[in-house]
Amino acid sequence: MIPRTECAIETSGLTKIFGGTRAVGGVDLIVPTGSVYGFLGPNGAGKTTTVRMLATLLRPDGGTARVFGHDVVREAELVRSRVSLTGQFASLDEDMTALENLVLLGRLLGYSWAQARARAHELLEAFGLAEAARRLVKKFSGGMRRRLDIAASIIVTPDLLFLDEPTTGLDPHSRNQVWEIIRTIVDEGTTVLLTTQYLDEADQLADRIAVIDQGKIIAEGTSEQLKASVGAGSVRVRLLDPEQRPQAERVLSQALGVPVHLDSNPAAMSARVSATSEAREIGEYVAHALTELSRAGVAVGDFALGQPSLDEVFLALTGHSTDNPSTEEKAS
Amino acid sequence: MTTIPTTISPTSNETMRSALLARTRPRRPNAFAVTLTFAWRAVLKLVRIPEQLADVIAIPIIFTLLFTYLFGGALAGSTGAYLQFLLPGTISMTALLVTIHAGISLNTDVTSGVFDRFRTTPIWRPAPIVGALLGDIGRYLLASTLVILVGLAMGFRPAGGVTGVLLAVALVVIFALSLSWVWTTLGLVARAPGAVMNIGTTVLFPLTIASNVFVQPQTMPGWLQALININPVTHLVTAVRGLMAGAASVGEITWVLLACLALTAVFAPLTSYLYRNKR
Repeated sequence: MIPRTECAIETSGLTKIFGGTRAVGGVDLIVPTGSVYGFLGPNGAGKTTTVRMLATLLRPDGGTARVFGHDVVREAELVRSRVSLTGQFASLDEDMTALENLVLLGRLLGYSWAQARARAHELLEAFGLAEAARRLVKKFSGGMRRRLDIAASIIVTPDLLFLDEPTTGLDPHSRNQVWEIIRTIVDEGTTVLLTTQYLDEADQLADRIAVIDQGKIIAEGTSEQLKASVGAGSVRVRLLDPEQRPQAERVLSQALGVPVHLDSNPAAMSARVSATSEAREIGEYVAHALTELSRAGVAVGDFALGQPSLDEVFLALTGHSTDNPSTEEKAS
Repeated sequence: MTTIPTTISPTSNETMRSALLARTRPRRPNAFAVTLTFAWRAVLKLVRIPEQLADVIAIPIIFTLLFTYLFGGALAGSTGAYLQFLLPGTISMTALLVTIHAGISLNTDVTSGVFDRFRTTPIWRPAPIVGALLGDIGRYLLASTLVILVGLAMGFRPAGGVTGVLLAVALVVIFALSLSWVWTTLGLVARAPGAVMNIGTTVLFPLTIASNVFVQPQTMPGWLQALININPVTHLVTAVRGLMAGAASVGEITWVLLACLALTAVFAPLTSYLYRNKR
């Protein structure tokens, strides 16, 4: 058990109900100080709601939550002085420039006009936005907006930073930039709670990952532990001729020794490859599978080995896929 | 999928590291400073998006021109005489239509998430709303000035002189600020800025038309007269007319100020309540 002072976040039975639906149904979390904690789940799983409760923006209907030992309801002011939130949709004023946005927030945090301006310039420089300082935020690209949004969250460097889906909708280049920023922030001692829909992202950044579904945590552990239960990778195959799929399914499941999942696309299928047994040979026996397919005369259009998708993680953990009705994320 | 880690150039990484050293939080800002900061923001946006204002100002100016030249002669004997009667009414109407903006901008902040960011800062909680309303004074003054200038160019000659006009504008601004609380309440409840706009105009158009802005109600049916006489806009316009003509009645001004007090007493706490309990 980690001593309370070293806990950035500690919740017990945290619950939020929206009009009869348990958006968050009893979440128990322990996030140690100095780590990156990944919160993985599909839309509507309760990620945003949980984060908003922890950031004191939403009152829990049950359970308790402490941030650095302070209760999020009774000691909200104290919590607010240590945390910062970058919401799912960039919370910036579109009709103001980047500079004005940061100056405004600097003022709200207690800086003088001169200090707020100096700090704004410093951050714009650090985030590669100096040239866009006097441009209206509505003219910004998605990636620039995200960076400015994160800059706005660290005007006073917080001890705990909530990042709600920081890379959703970003192109790969911008996503890498944001990841790099997050790594630097963590390096400098800030604890980060990150919500994401991508296993890849959680794997890249998080020390520990909690998988959340329908308001409940269904798995928790390091990326390695999670992958051990889910499979290290996923082989995806798309055939040139859908007619050959039954044959390809047979060959593939034999070569890999695992069941093959048939996609809704009649030419596609996938299989999870486990890391538990022969991790170092994954590449080898995936290559073997490809050879077997071609030997059997199956025309392959596309063959890829990647991390399991969120959907596959869910299928493995819950037996159902992620497309359950989502009503929560937009509303809260 | 494997990703190629593209690092930001080392220099910017260094500047980022040094930028991250700001761990000491400044002292909590006082309520006054924060409120002024929000007023600054409101004025800034007035300069940034003047087209918002243009939409609202166009209507009263068009009405002033249209009514004066179209009906002026028939209603008051001459266009000049009618203008003296009409202009105080259109100034009031302009300011009232501009008040909807308070709700629209608040709702924009709520729906865009900017509001959440404000709420995670250690500020005096009502500051975003109070500051925005203060900043809106600039909006009302600008709108009133424009309508008065158009009036003066058309031949409006207020007997109350500069003092009378200034007092009249002051009364309009006070009423507008009080009415704004209705829209901030709506702004916290409505789902989208467009909804605030629609509900706002749906309420305000009948309220301003069914008043004494354009004609005196004497020739109207009794039920309509009764309706017009309890319409606060009617009382506002009467008081503004009085001030501009240098013949204000204390009773009318008191009536208006009491109406302001009532609006604020009901809707300011309601706004505040909704604001604090916003999920």
